[in-house]
Amino acid sequence: MRVSEKIIEGLLWLSTAITILITISIIWVLLSESISFFRVVPLSEFLTEKEWTPLFADKKFGILPLVAGTLLTTAVAIAVALPIGLTIAIYLNEYAHDRMRQIVKPLLEVLATIPTVVYGFFALTVVTPFLQSIIPNLSGFNALSAGIVMGIMIIPMISSLSEDAISAVPRSLREAAYGMGSTRLQTSFGVMVPAASSGIVVSVILAISRAVGETMIVAIAAGQQPRLTLNPLVPIETITTYIVQVSLGDVPRGSLEYKTIFAAGITLFVFTFALNNLSFWIKKKYQEKYD
Amino acid sequence: MLNFKLSSVKLNAAVLLGATLMFSACGGNNTEEANGDGAGSIQIDGSSTVYPITEAVAEEYRAEAPDVKVTVGVSGTGGGFKKFTRGEIDIVNASRPIKDSEASVAKESGITYVELPVAYDGLTVVVHPENNWVKDITTEELKKIWEPAAQGKIKRWNQIRPEWPDQEIHLYGPGVESGTYDYFTEAVVGESGASRGDYTASEDDNVLVQGVSTDVNALGFFGFAYYEENQNKLKIVPVNDLNDANGKGAITPTLETVKDGSYAPLSRPLFIYVNSKAAARPATVDFVNFYLDNAADLSQEVGYIPMPAEMYKEQKEKFKQFAESAGKNQ
Repeated sequence: MRVSEKIIEGLLWLSTAITILITISIIWVLLSESISFFRVVPLSEFLTEKEWTPLFADKKFGILPLVAGTLLTTAVAIAVALPIGLTIAIYLNEYAHDRMRQIVKPLLEVLATIPTVVYGFFALTVVTPFLQSIIPNLSGFNALSAGIVMGIMIIPMISSLSEDAISAVPRSLREAAYGMGSTRLQTSFGVMVPAASSGIVVSVILAISRAVGETMIVAIAAGQQPRLTLNPLVPIETITTYIVQVSLGDVPRGSLEYKTIFAAGITLFVFTFALNNLSFWIKKKYQEKYD
Repeated sequence: MLNFKLSSVKLNAAVLLGATLMFSACGGNNTEEANGDGAGSIQIDGSSTVYPITEAVAEEYRAEAPDVKVTVGVSGTGGGFKKFTRGEIDIVNASRPIKDSEASVAKESGITYVELPVAYDGLTVVVHPENNWVKDITTEELKKIWEPAAQGKIKRWNQIRPEWPDQEIHLYGPGVESGTYDYFTEAVVGESGASRGDYTASEDDNVLVQGVSTDVNALGFFGFAYYEENQNKLKIVPVNDLNDANGKGAITPTLETVKDGSYAPLSRPLFIYVNSKAAARPATVDFVNFYLDNAADLSQEVGYIPMPAEMYKEQKEKFKQFAESAGKNQ
């Protein structure tokens, strides 16, 4: 009995250790490869140079165009997902009947289960042609269409996390608001949303972090041209797309070109790591307590 | 990179997906280790541009001689020559002639070879079908667009020709691993491998077709086969090389103009190179003869331009002599 207990305990410990080990080794690979990259390319050039052409004869190693592309698609995605996701969360919490809620919630979750490659082709073959009928000069590959579709993809993330946050607000607050004669709308936006704001902000930050790391949609629909621009109508390239592009090509292992993907990877990692920690911190610091 | 049979389906989501998957499947090194001496196996690698022809030939040949195992890999013309000059493969697909540096490596490792042109390709400059301002383009203008100095500077159509509109120009072209890129930069910029880097560069030509066909401000270039497959979605741009000796004015690549060389400087021959050790084996001799017999039909089928019949005859004769002397030296 005691022996089998020990074995189970050991197995549990092992599986925890494996996850941690894998994370550590990924970070280690990223660090070691990018350190040898930064020995050749100074960090100052990496961060300030305005062009990114590591595969060409005239090599420039400025990460800014890729960062701009990533932030641009992310901004479009959040601009779509935040209002829609928050509206859905409020609707489900304050307005919808229980039955409505039981139908809508699982339907929303379906959005999160669609493979991202499908979203990518949806952007390329449906959304882009539709947008082109409104904006004639829109390129076939562009940040706008990829961003909108990415926004649709992260709606469930914002709506369900925000809904959890709103429904965690104590009943007494809502009842007090109604007692003061507030309408539903006033209650929602005047009391419930502010009370749940830390949870909502966290949901948005997690959604941003998801959008920054999203790969397939932007690789398919946003283009492959590093470009330092905030214009969502032209082809751009995100950090993730660049990594895909280079790892599929015939770039020789160990070369400087090959190491660029680790430098790009660590940039991405720093972004998502910072965002996740920020959300953790906000959650701890600003959570409103009503006891 | 892709089999043309695949892209002959209308380019749509499915093809792009297939392309992406195939691309990842053949990215990297997927040819088997060449053993070189197995009488019943032929190892081929190299250019992605020549790949469709060789693959079509190999496919037909499988019906002819099922016990000979022909494997065709794709590692770009440069990568193919690297393996060829080390004696790792029997035949290399090449979208440009061998470079001096590569030839000297072959000499060092004691490899003799024969060069056999198998078809022509016309590098095709294309724009969006609704682009109503580009009627033709000169090689000087192409140089102005693509040379390294253009990077970050030439960004609008009216910078190239003042009467063209004041709109952004979006460029699409093959990536640096491609022989097509080498050839284009050599022919247009004057130095192989010298170009601007701020354009949509993809080793997957279907991505380029998709990009140009959905972007009014686009200009791109790729092998003629990809234009032929997607004629209704692209507008071809006649190229003027400013040299009336080989055809007056701007010339559109067609079967005829590529064949007679008036579509200069963007028409180019495609080659295979055969290792002499491989040519001493009957299986390779049989395969290469089958290749030259069928190259005219099959190259046209996959979208390239066949050479005149007498040239194939000459190549067969050239190969016969080469194989005979290779056999004697064995």
